Amino acid sequence: MSHTVQDKRPVAAPSRGTLAHARMPRWAPAAIAVGSVATGCLIGVVAGLESRIQWGLLSALTFVAATYFITAKVEGSRQGKNRVATSLVWVCFALAIVPLLSLAWITLTKGLTVLDGYFLTHSMSGLLDAEEGGGVYHALLGTIEQVAIAAVIATPIGLLTAVYLVEYGRGRLARAVTFFVDVMTGIPSIVAGLFVLATWNLMLGFGPSGFAGSLALAILMMPVIVRSTEEMLKLVPNELREASLALGVPQWRTILKVVLPTSIGGITTGVMLAVARITGETAPVLLLVFGTKLINPNPFEGAQSSLPLYVYEQYSVGTAASVDRAWAGALVLIAFVMILNLVARGIARWKAPQTGR
Amino acid sequence: MAKRIDVSGLTAFYGTHRAIDDISMTVEPRSVTAFIGPSGCGKSTFLRTLNRMHEVTPGGRVEGKVMLDDENLYASNVDPVAVRRTVGMVFQRPNPFPTMSIFDNVAAGLRLNGNYKKSELSDVVEKSLKGANLWNEVKDRLNKPGSGLSGGQQQRLCIARAIAVEPDVLLMDEPCSALDPISTLAIEDLIGELKERFTIVIVTHNMQQAARVSDRTAFFNLAAVGQPGKLVEIDDTERIFANPSVQATEDYISGRFG
Repeated sequence: MSHTVQDKRPVAAPSRGTLAHARMPRWAPAAIAVGSVATGCLIGVVAGLESRIQWGLLSALTFVAATYFITAKVEGSRQGKNRVATSLVWVCFALAIVPLLSLAWITLTKGLTVLDGYFLTHSMSGLLDAEEGGGVYHALLGTIEQVAIAAVIATPIGLLTAVYLVEYGRGRLARAVTFFVDVMTGIPSIVAGLFVLATWNLMLGFGPSGFAGSLALAILMMPVIVRSTEEMLKLVPNELREASLALGVPQWRTILKVVLPTSIGGITTGVMLAVARITGETAPVLLLVFGTKLINPNPFEGAQSSLPLYVYEQYSVGTAASVDRAWAGALVLIAFVMILNLVARGIARWKAPQTGR
Repeated sequence: MAKRIDVSGLTAFYGTHRAIDDISMTVEPRSVTAFIGPSGCGKSTFLRTLNRMHEVTPGGRVEGKVMLDDENLYASNVDPVAVRRTVGMVFQRPNPFPTMSIFDNVAAGLRLNGNYKKSELSDVVEKSLKGANLWNEVKDRLNKPGSGLSGGQQQRLCIARAIAVEPDVLLMDEPCSALDPISTLAIEDLIGELKERFTIVIVTHNMQQAARVSDRTAFFNLAAVGQPGKLVEIDDTERIFANPSVQATEDYISGRFG
C-alpha cells in the first residue's frame, strides 16, 4: 500500500555563491544586551548618576546603538537595520513592562502587610483613622453593588444601541448616534458625576446613595459597550445573516439566534472590560456615594463606600495604619478587576464558535 | 410542490445603478434552469431577486413582476420572509452556522421559524440529510460543529438546511465554485435527484456543468462594463449548446470571448 514517490531529479550541491554571508551566532543579541547593561551601569557609576532610571535608559540606548554597529560590521547594513528594528521593539517592550511590574510589585508588597481574612470581612466601623485594624468589607460590598447595578443599566442599552447601529442603522440617525457615542466616550468621569448630581440629587431631591453612583458609572460604561459590541457584530460574516434570511427567518430572529450567538464571546469580553474600567472610577463615587465607614448593604438609600474611594480616603488620612490599609485596598481593587478579566476571558473562550473536527 | 416562476419586465437597481434591465423568462417546475454569462452580467443579482434577497443589500431595489404560480412576489402585501420560506437558496461559499452542530444547522430553518413539532424534528433532519446525500457521512457525529466538515460536505449541509424547510423552489448561486471535482460531482448528482421535487435554478460559470445538469439554459450578457446586464436568450440546454439562435451566445459558449 505504501508507495513513496521519489523525485528523480538530481539534487544540486549547495553552491557557495552570492547567497551565503557571515552570520552572528545566536547568542549575540543576548551578549550585546548584557554588555550594554554593564556599560550603562559603568557610565552611571563613573558619572555619578543617582537615578537607576538613568542607568536603564543609558543601557537601552547603548543596546540599540551597539546592535546596529556590530551587526552592520559583521553581517552588512541591511541586516544591521533589521536588527536595530528588532532591538527597538525589545527596548520598547522592556520600557512598557517595567512600570507594570513595579506597580504590581509595590502593591503586592505593601498591600499584603495587612491583607487577611479579617481585613476582607470587617468594616471601618468605630475605628479612629490612626488605629490599626479595620477592613475593606463595606467598600468591597459597595463596589460590587454599584458596579453590578451600573452593568445592569448600561449593558442592555449599549447592546441594543450597537445592534441598531450595525443591523438597522442607515442614514442620519445612525450617524448622529455614532457621533454622540464618540462624544460620550470622551466624557470625563467627574462630569458624568456632576450631571447625575445636578439631575438626580439636586433637581429630583434624592440623597447620596450607591444607586446615584451607579447612574454615573452607567453613563461612563455605555459608550464603551456600544463601541466594543459594534466591532464584534461587524465581525460576523454577512453570509451568515444571508443564510439565515434565505431560510425565511425574520431579521429579529436572525439577530437573536445567529448574529448574537456568533459574537457572544467578544461581546462578553467587551462588557467585562467596560466593567473593569468603571470599577476604578473615584470621582463620581466621591460626589454621589459620599463614602462611609459603616456597612450599608442597601445601594438605594444612604451613603455607601467603594474600593477606589476607600483607597483615596485612607491615603489622604496619612497615618501609618491608614496608608497600609490604602495599599491593601488597592490590592483588593486590582485583584477584583483581574478576576473579572479572567472570567471574561474564560467566557469568551467557552462561548467562541467551535471549529474543531 | 414545485412551482412555476414567471418573470416579466424585471429591472434591479443598486442605489441608482441599474444592475439588470427588463428581464422576462419562465422557469418550468420540476426542472433545472441554468444561468450562464460573464462575471458582472447580473446572474446572481437576478437570482437574488427571485426570493427577495436582493433588497437585503443596502440600496437594493426592484421593478417588475415575479409570479410564483399565480402570486406576485413583489405585490405590496407580500411578506419577504414568507417568500424566502417558499424559495430557498444555497450560496456560493458554504456558510453553515458556526455556533450550531450539524443537527442544529439542518434544523435551523424550522427551529428559527418556530413552527415545528419536537417529535418530527429528528425525522426532518434525517430526511433532509439523506436528501442531500450526507446522512451516511455524518450520522455518527450529528452533535459535532458543522464547520468541522470538508468544503463539499459543508455545501451539502447547506443544501440539507435549505430543503429542510420544504421550499417550492431552490436557488443555487454557483454552489460548486469553491469545491473540488469529486464534491462537485456529488452535488451535481444531488441536483439531478432534487429536481424531482423542486424547481431548481442554478447560476454557474462552468459551461460543462450547465450542459450536464440543466434542462434549460439562460445566457446573460452586458453591453459594456457599467451597463446593465440583459438576458440574451433562454432555450433548451441542448439547443443553446448545439445551435444557439444568437451569435453572442455561440461566441461565449465556444470561448471566443468572456
